Amino acid sequence: MIIAQQKPVKDVAAMISNCKKVLLVGCAGCVTVCLAGGEKETEVMASSLRIMRKMEDNPLETVTYTATRQCDPEYVDMLGNMVQDVDAIVSLACGVGVQYLAERFNDKWVVPALDTKFIGGSTVHGNWEEKCGLCGDCILHRTGGICPIIRCSKSILNGPCGGSQYGKCEISKDVDCAWQLIYDRMSALGKLDKLMEFQPPKDWSKSRDGGPRKAVREDVMID
Amino acid sequence: MRLQYAPNVRIVEMPCSGTIDHRVLLQTFEDGADGVFVAGCMEGDCHFLKGNFRAKKRVHQVKKILDEIGFGGDRLDFFNLSAAQGQRFAEIVKIMTDRVMELGPNPLNKSAKKEGGAA
Amino acid sequence: MKTESKLQKILDNGQFAVTAEIGPPKHSSAEGIRHHAEMMRDYVDATNITDNQTAIVRLSSIAAGVHVQSCGIEPIVQMTCRDRNRIAMQSDLLGAYSLGMRNVLCLSGDHQKFGNHPTSKNVYDIDSMQLIYYLRRMRDEKLFFSGEEIKEHEPRFFIGAVANPFADPFEFRVARLEKKVEAGAQFIQTQCIFDMERFERFMEMVRERGIHERVHILAGVTPMKSWRAAKYIQNNVSGMIVPDELVERLKNAEDPKREGVEICIEQIKYIKENIKGVHGVHVMAIAWEEVVPEIVERSGLYPRPKVD
Ligand code: SF4
Repeated sequence: MIIAQQKPVKDVAAMISNCKKVLLVGCAGCVTVCLAGGEKETEVMASSLRIMRKMEDNPLETVTYTATRQCDPEYVDMLGNMVQDVDAIVSLACGVGVQYLAERFNDKWVVPALDTKFIGGSTVHGNWEEKCGLCGDCILHRTGGICPIIRCSKSILNGPCGGSQYGKCEISKDVDCAWQLIYDRMSALGKLDKLMEFQPPKDWSKSRDGGPRKAVREDVMID
Repeated sequence: MRLQYAPNVRIVEMPCSGTIDHRVLLQTFEDGADGVFVAGCMEGDCHFLKGNFRAKKRVHQVKKILDEIGFGGDRLDFFNLSAAQGQRFAEIVKIMTDRVMELGPNPLNKSAKKEGGAA
Repeated sequence: MKTESKLQKILDNGQFAVTAEIGPPKHSSAEGIRHHAEMMRDYVDATNITDNQTAIVRLSSIAAGVHVQSCGIEPIVQMTCRDRNRIAMQSDLLGAYSLGMRNVLCLSGDHQKFGNHPTSKNVYDIDSMQLIYYLRRMRDEKLFFSGEEIKEHEPRFFIGAVANPFADPFEFRVARLEKKVEAGAQFIQTQCIFDMERFERFMEMVRERGIHERVHILAGVTPMKSWRAAKYIQNNVSGMIVPDELVERLKNAEDPKREGVEICIEQIKYIKENIKGVHGVHVMAIAWEEVVPEIVERSGLYPRPKVD
């Protein structure tokens, strides 16, 4: 899932400093699961903003709503009437949600309350880690199910580099060396010979470098 | 046992301190409370094992938010307290009321009189 | 594959090679580089020119190589994968060859986190293994990295790579070295050796696989100026091992700098005489280039062979 984190309340407040009434929109998708922009977080953000503004003698009126998903036009449409009389919309979704709102309500000032960080999952409750580099051409079958594109600090495909020591990456003792993990896994599977195969460079045109990407399934299109 | 404690304290009962929600805490301040403290059971005495630990963490998170937005996290605190410690309760009320006296009224509530709340 | 590299000729002749390292400055004057090059000229066969080492912005490796060369030393241009994509790499390599560079050392490069631009973006379009592979293909098959034909004047580099016997997983280090050799590496320079025992174990595994017969391995050595420097490396540099005895020896020395030089000379002599399969040494006197001639001379590696 997409992992996001809330921006400091002050930063969000600064984006809407000249508004009297705002709509805060949470999202019941990924950001609810990673506790950044669900119903509760949206209300906490609203309350924090209200307190801040009241202290400044410039009260802020808030409306809160949590969309099933902000990355689907049909759920964004459901905001309809709520949007009319607000001066701005604060989105507590990932960057996708913010853009969907901005596109749908193109005469409204739409601002992000979250920083979209990465795609990953939780290890324990309250701790999330990046797992996939979104490269558009999965190679996990060659690397023991561990993604070197994003989990190796240098995206090395024929690792490990010379900075790997005691299982950790050269950038920090808190970061596991992805290639040590790959080595251990391949070793346990008895497939170390696979690591001797030369891995060619990635075709980055399948990634961001090919420009914004699209995925199409004609068979499911209506009309 | 009859103990004296400040009359301007309002008690909100909850089944377990672990049910406290960030939103409720923020709401009390929006509604004008000058200070709030959450009393959870003694460590190790939670009927639900970890409710009081969770409450404490949440209170600290809300304190952080209050500091961040300039309201001041000092107006909120967490104490461990058992039902048998009436004396200690009176003490805590005193600590909090003294603190709130010092801090002055809730800044959102400029003209209002001093008021305290407890949950 | 033969190239015009003088270093290759020395190594292929079976002579024990000596290379050193020159770190370009954090400014735009080549005076210091030229000074160091002139000082080292008769004592080394070639010098590496580091490429923004530890991700600190410095005068470019290729430009510094031109200065070094005009002082009469053959440069080994270092090229990291951190700062250039494959387009910039090839362009720089064509340029380097046109300027007379004949040796390239391919490496991943230190992560920018510890440099003076920690907020920069790293590239890593290709890794060091792929750079070696494509550089060889450029020379032997006249192909750009993309597979497009190079019609004429393909760059014909003597290709170097690095190996770190002190990084983990240790068992895989020799295998990865072999992978680099298969990709096209012709000479290897190792990370600074302080833990001689571990290096010997590494070389034993190298010989078991017969890798030393397919590639020229140059053992990396570094003279240390103080026990604090040693301790710093021991605790803070990932992928290096400094034994406690070494730190102690420097600590107890009356003149630690002298002791650092003595230790380095002992290491070179030991490696040359006892470790089979090592074809030369690479002296990395980091920010202490002046000491290289003395080390070379007192290690019995002077004068250097003449090549025509
Ligand atoms: S230490 Fe491991 S994870 Fe870090 S850059 Fe090197 S190979 Fe990648």
